[in-house]
Amino acid sequence: MAIAVDSAVGEDATAEAGYAVRFEHVSKSFGRPGKQQLVLDDISLDVAPGEFVTLIGASGCGKSTLLNLTAGLDAASAGDISVPGGRPALMFQEHALFPWLTAGRNIELALRLRGVPKAERREEAERLLALVRLQGSYGKRVHELSGGMRQRVALARALAQDSQLLLMDEPFAALDAITRDVLHEELTRIWSETGVSVLFVTHNVREAVRLAQRVILLSSRPGRVVTEWRVEIEHPRRIEDAEVSALSVEITERLREEIRRHGQQ
Amino acid sequence: MASSETAARSDRDRGDRDAPSGDLAGLEAGLDALESPGGAERVPVGRVLLTKVLPPIVAIALVLAVWQIAYWSDVQPDYLLPSPGDVGAVFGEMWREGTLFEYVWTSVSRGILGFLIAIAVGTPLGLLVARVKLVRAAIGPVLTGLQSLPSIAWVPAAIIWFGLTNGTIYAVVLLGAVPSIANGIVAGVDQIPPIYLRAGRTLGATGLSSVRFVLLPAALPGYLAGLKQGWAFSWRSLMAAELIVHSPDLGTGLGQLMENYRTMQNMSGVLATIILILVVGVAIDLLFFSPLERRVLRSRGLMARLT
Repeated sequence: MAIAVDSAVGEDATAEAGYAVRFEHVSKSFGRPGKQQLVLDDISLDVAPGEFVTLIGASGCGKSTLLNLTAGLDAASAGDISVPGGRPALMFQEHALFPWLTAGRNIELALRLRGVPKAERREEAERLLALVRLQGSYGKRVHELSGGMRQRVALARALAQDSQLLLMDEPFAALDAITRDVLHEELTRIWSETGVSVLFVTHNVREAVRLAQRVILLSSRPGRVVTEWRVEIEHPRRIEDAEVSALSVEITERLREEIRRHGQQ
Repeated sequence: MASSETAARSDRDRGDRDAPSGDLAGLEAGLDALESPGGAERVPVGRVLLTKVLPPIVAIALVLAVWQIAYWSDVQPDYLLPSPGDVGAVFGEMWREGTLFEYVWTSVSRGILGFLIAIAVGTPLGLLVARVKLVRAAIGPVLTGLQSLPSIAWVPAAIIWFGLTNGTIYAVVLLGAVPSIANGIVAGVDQIPPIYLRAGRTLGATGLSSVRFVLLPAALPGYLAGLKQGWAFSWRSLMAAELIVHSPDLGTGLGQLMENYRTMQNMSGVLATIILILVVGVAIDLLFFSPLERRVLRSRGLMARLT
């Protein structure tokens, strides 16, 4: 995916830095001074170029906050977040597609805001739609698409930003199991085809194991990095694979332990 | 499936090893076909006639029938309650004299011009109130309050300011319509789901490009509702102004026409004018605002096709 010059620059910067995003002692509190609530506490972690990392944790672990900080939608209270490849792309649980535009135009808007010349937008949008296997949906309105198709258009729009880092905030949480399964396969395929780095937030442990090379567990209130697992299960994986299950059981146990601590306090 | 003791290595080399992408593509195509909302069926013309056109015709016929019966049973003397036929005769007379369209056009052209000026003033005003906190705090409540002020209340003041001129008429129309339009766009902006603005920001839409590519299109349904109401207020205010502001130089609009009939104690004429005012109001809504609103809402999936 190389259309604009800046993408090559982003790629170089990411490769040179050796990470797609680096968090150094990042903390975030909400509320007014004196009555602040610490949401993220001293988070330090790297996502390597081309790596797929999932963040899991129970409610209140600040997963979404971390992504918002990374996307620049909010500012950290302390610490540094560096994204050498430029503005990351962000996908939400809601598709967040603009209903006044067609599927294709949604993607073209992302291209336009990135500075892609008008003459190239249409073709690039069609290419991205084909990448998420939605050829022929260029002129469809958002409400004419199913939930799974909307999320694929949203993925295509995120990819249209041609960012080196793709942030995903529980993007499949609202989908039915069959559709989610298919989208897992699609995401794995697109990730391996594009070489984009992914930081994926979810509360679904199996999903985390199914997708990631590395799973990071966050504690809740405040969110801290508890531990991480390298997932060395070969692709293609399936969510029902025995190895995925085994690791999911292990991670779930650890997650439950974390949750129980809150009951005891 | 390989075992998990293998050392860390790139999984992606093996990306799609033995998952033929054709399978996935086929599965996905099946899901897409199953889950896509079905296309809306076209409603047959006969059905439209039966459900949309017939009911208002029946309603009008009933009103006319009751009116005619009341006339026959002499509940009021004829000079107070003329028959539908008497009123129809007034229309016929205006038609033969060729004055019907002149009266209507005088008012409608004033209404449209006033409305356009109100859009030009109300839109930026509404955007300012919606986006600038200080402006909202300062004039937001006043703007809402102005909406409940009957525009006829402005007529005496406007006459003192501008005399018996078109200026008075337009001032009253603007004071009636601008608050509606401005409030419409404020409501439209307030109702934008925050996710659109966040999505816009992550795509790189900030400042003016955020207004242009996200804020304005997202606020369009509320804005249209405001415009529709703004037109209704323009038309009402115009009638109020025309009823009172009379001058030979001003030409005869519907309001002035009605006032002329009143001075002549011509009840049929007064009723005929009321009907004209009503017909123009309904026609502009039916021919312009409703189709526009329907198109915008439907294209966004915000309006289900009924029955």
